[in-house]
Amino acid sequence: MNVVAEIKERFSDKVEVFEKSAKRVYVTVAKPDAKELVRFLLLERGARFSIASGVDTRPGIEILYHMAFDELGLIVSVRTLVEKPELVMETFTDFMPAADWIEREIHEMLGVNFIGHPHLKRLLLPDDWPEGVYPYRKKTFESEQENPEREYA
Amino acid sequence: MPKETLIPIGPFHPLLEEPEFFKFYVEGEKVIDAEVRIGWNHRGIEKLAEGKTYEQDVFLVERICGICSTSHPFAFVQAVEDVSGIEVPERAQYIRTIIGDLERIHSHLLWVGLAGHFIGYNTVFMWAWKYREPVLDVFEAISGNRNHYGMFKVGGVRRDIKETEIPALLKAIDEIEGFCSMLLKAVMDDPVIKARTKGVGVLKKRDALAMGVLGPVARASGVAIDIRKDHPYAAYAKVDFEIIVLQDGDVFSKMAVRLLECIESVKIIRQALKAMPPGPIETEVREVGVGEGIGQHEAPRGEVIHYVRANGSNYPERHKIRAPSFMNVASFKKTVIGESIADAALITAAVDPCYCCTERMAVVDPATDKIILSGEELVRLCQEKTEKLKKFKS
Repeated sequence: MNVVAEIKERFSDKVEVFEKSAKRVYVTVAKPDAKELVRFLLLERGARFSIASGVDTRPGIEILYHMAFDELGLIVSVRTLVEKPELVMETFTDFMPAADWIEREIHEMLGVNFIGHPHLKRLLLPDDWPEGVYPYRKKTFESEQENPEREYA
Repeated sequence: MPKETLIPIGPFHPLLEEPEFFKFYVEGEKVIDAEVRIGWNHRGIEKLAEGKTYEQDVFLVERICGICSTSHPFAFVQAVEDVSGIEVPERAQYIRTIIGDLERIHSHLLWVGLAGHFIGYNTVFMWAWKYREPVLDVFEAISGNRNHYGMFKVGGVRRDIKETEIPALLKAIDEIEGFCSMLLKAVMDDPVIKARTKGVGVLKKRDALAMGVLGPVARASGVAIDIRKDHPYAAYAKVDFEIIVLQDGDVFSKMAVRLLECIESVKIIRQALKAMPPGPIETEVREVGVGEGIGQHEAPRGEVIHYVRANGSNYPERHKIRAPSFMNVASFKKTVIGESIADAALITAAVDPCYCCTERMAVVDPATDKIILSGEELVRLCQEKTEKLKKFKS
């Protein structure tokens, strides 16, 4: 059975599926269900975790987990929103070790806190980089108000 | 109390395309733990791309890496084309394929040369780099540049390959195939190279899958992934080639995969040059539109993936770049622990972060921070091991 149909059946009202083309599918899911969906794709359907990308939007940081199905030539991107200002997300490294580095990157570049990550240390930024400055965030009016001194890399 | 010594390697190095900092904890000669830090050369290109137009970004991403300089534009233009489904003319698809695979040959030869230098076989280094030159000459004939070809643009390519040039290019490709086969035989049959690389730094298939490694590193461990076959793009679906998969996962297999792939790449280029249809080389792109796009390319080191979010303006809203080494370098912890320090540098080099020269490598006593062994001495250590083996074999 087709993976997309399976996602629709299993997560019927929890997901919103957008089939952009035959090779690209975007699935939007609420934060509490994201882990279950990614685990299902990775462990039960044999997807390969390609990468995650974090996008700074007004309501929060959007994280897209790009899951590649190499036999089908398909990429399913699982999209979930981590709301501001807490920015807390569950770690996926417990079942997906390949997510280790990218979670560290999203943590330091966008400020998402991955709960349960074994070593959420700096990977890319230097040790003397100031705390609370996230270089990949968008410069917005709100962020200016919070921290007027803040400099963007 | 066991005497534990810390060996830092890196981060900056003239031969590194990506500075990395490895910390090896050793007990005697054996590596017992390892750590890595990256980011010394983090230029914030993802953020920089948000402030440039799509046209400019193609040039920007070409400068991410000096060795596989086509990989990033290849993936990026496909990501932008994916946003609103821009069709690329067939001739441009073929030219992209030719550039992509020529680059694979020169990158793999470069790696074989560096690996040869590292184990103290400077002959391999000299020969591999000598045979890399004709590949760069072909690049110069096609694009005008030996590296950083500037061939890609959203909607097509910038330069055409003239029909009159094709016979000369085919001849050059034949010569390159001869060199690669010769080098393959010479390296594969050498008993000392075998002794230094067989069974060293094994990455098991299970670990390879779990860490999500890509490209030759994955294929040497029995994981048959190749974006060119799995997610066909450009003209890869129209040419005939094999994916090289070996099972052992050691440094020798990684070397063999790369050399055998060079021969496959020659096959791809020859077919593409012959089958290239006449026609335009680009479509006019008036606007990129609104939406998201993902572009992939099988770079010499594995899958490059670019994610672009377009907001209707001429600038990307978000541009995420994932290079294959981001996944591959992370796997070194599985391969290096338990090996001897003389092999450690070779093993980290085997994932091809172009990690071969060791001027920055030094053994430091953690108690006093005093340098016990300098980089040159470590190279000597590695090369002496080969010398001993040579004597033993003869």
